[in-house]
Amino acid sequence: MPAKKKRGAQTLVFDKPPVLTSWASIAGPKEGQGPWGQEFDWIMEDYLFGEESWEKAENKMLRETVKKALNKRNFDEADAEILMAGDLLNQLVSSNYAARQLGIPFLGLYGACSTMAESLLVAAILVDGEYFERVVAAACSHHYTAERQFRFPTEQGIQKTLSSQWTATAAGAVLLEPVGTGPRITAVSIGKVIDMDQKDANDMGSAMAPAAAHTIKTHFSDLNRPSDYYDLIVTGDLGKVGMAIAQQLFIRDGLQPEPNYSDCGVLLYDAIQEVNAGGSGCGCSACVLCGPLLKKMISGEINKLLFVATGALMSPVTSFQGESIPAIAHAVAIEN
Amino acid sequence: MKTPDPQRWKKIETEEYESLVQQVKPKPPLLKHCVWAFIVGGLICLLAQLIMNYLLYQGIDKVEASSYTAVVMIFLGAFLTGIGIYDELGKRAGAGSIVPITGFANAIVASAMEFKREGYIFGVGARIFTVAGPTLLFGFVVAVLIGLIKVFLSS
Repeated sequence: MPAKKKRGAQTLVFDKPPVLTSWASIAGPKEGQGPWGQEFDWIMEDYLFGEESWEKAENKMLRETVKKALNKRNFDEADAEILMAGDLLNQLVSSNYAARQLGIPFLGLYGACSTMAESLLVAAILVDGEYFERVVAAACSHHYTAERQFRFPTEQGIQKTLSSQWTATAAGAVLLEPVGTGPRITAVSIGKVIDMDQKDANDMGSAMAPAAAHTIKTHFSDLNRPSDYYDLIVTGDLGKVGMAIAQQLFIRDGLQPEPNYSDCGVLLYDAIQEVNAGGSGCGCSACVLCGPLLKKMISGEINKLLFVATGALMSPVTSFQGESIPAIAHAVAIEN
Repeated sequence: MKTPDPQRWKKIETEEYESLVQQVKPKPPLLKHCVWAFIVGGLICLLAQLIMNYLLYQGIDKVEASSYTAVVMIFLGAFLTGIGIYDELGKRAGAGSIVPITGFANAIVASAMEFKREGYIFGVGARIFTVAGPTLLFGFVVAVLIGLIKVFLSS
């Protein structure tokens, strides 16, 4: 007998769709100057955020975002029952160290830049399953901590390629509850790891686009929904290159009528901000969701949103060893 | 009917995908990059030449003058890295600012600055040559080989 809440191959639906009752976002200085600067709760004045190192700054970003999401509902850390969070750093240090201070029971998740969708979908399962009543899902990234771990020292004079992306300095956190007012998570699709043999670490969009297209296609076929069901489908951080490829893949996969589609990495910055193909990092999709997108859901501009955060699951070690880049995408359906 | 070999299918699929990627991926503006590299690289060399000519004019002999010039250029590369200008230059000039000796100074100072927060032993000390290391190692290897060739040729 098939599982009661599972549909098709990879999708889960909820009997009592968990409610996003509160959320918060923090954005770095560059992200604050972008087109959605007004939509974030907090814009950092500088990259150190009053700390001694970028790593400490990232940990503080996550901490403050979680607190802010709870405070908006007049809760504090003690009221949260479980925190699900992740970031890009080795051993998930930003999340682990943030959880150390927050004192909330904690599960660390690594899905590279797909972490926000991963934390949301696990949180939704825990709430729908009646295990918890106040779950926080969060993700964060910091440009300079990611840059030094995955690429070059920050002061080095390197010419970036046009397909490269800018890791966002940003964080987002969402509070999920079984009842309340706000948009609801009605279904989630758990992605497969897809690898199309892309090896260019300066072109994550091309590596991740097939994973996004696969998850989106599977989501529609699992739920038997028409491809224009959602007011907006938004991928995490495919950037301009990956977004263009994803659109081609939608056509190849026969997603007709054409969905209304965009990408957080393309949305986050202005063309003049020298980010090449766009933004990336866990914080990119997290802050766009917890800033402009959810605000638009509250105002009724968007009523049905499919949030598909995408992650490239490589490390510098695997890249140097000549391995290709595996990628994943998880879909979270958020509806009013 | 024979079932298709999954590995072969995967290969065809990835090849098709690669051609899609190549269609969509933006091509680098090669001419613009070359002009930038030529002008910035040229200006760095011109500055070094001016310094060297000045030193020669002051009556310093040629071998010493070139050493002093290198020292001044390395200092300038390091200094501009420290005040955050060299990476801005490198974004546009590419090889024009990497190839001259100032680029080498940039690679070392950038690493030193980056890893200072991990302390002087395991941070700066251990990782200062993260980027410049290969150049140093293979530079030494080639120097030894050329030295050996010279020894054999002159014996």
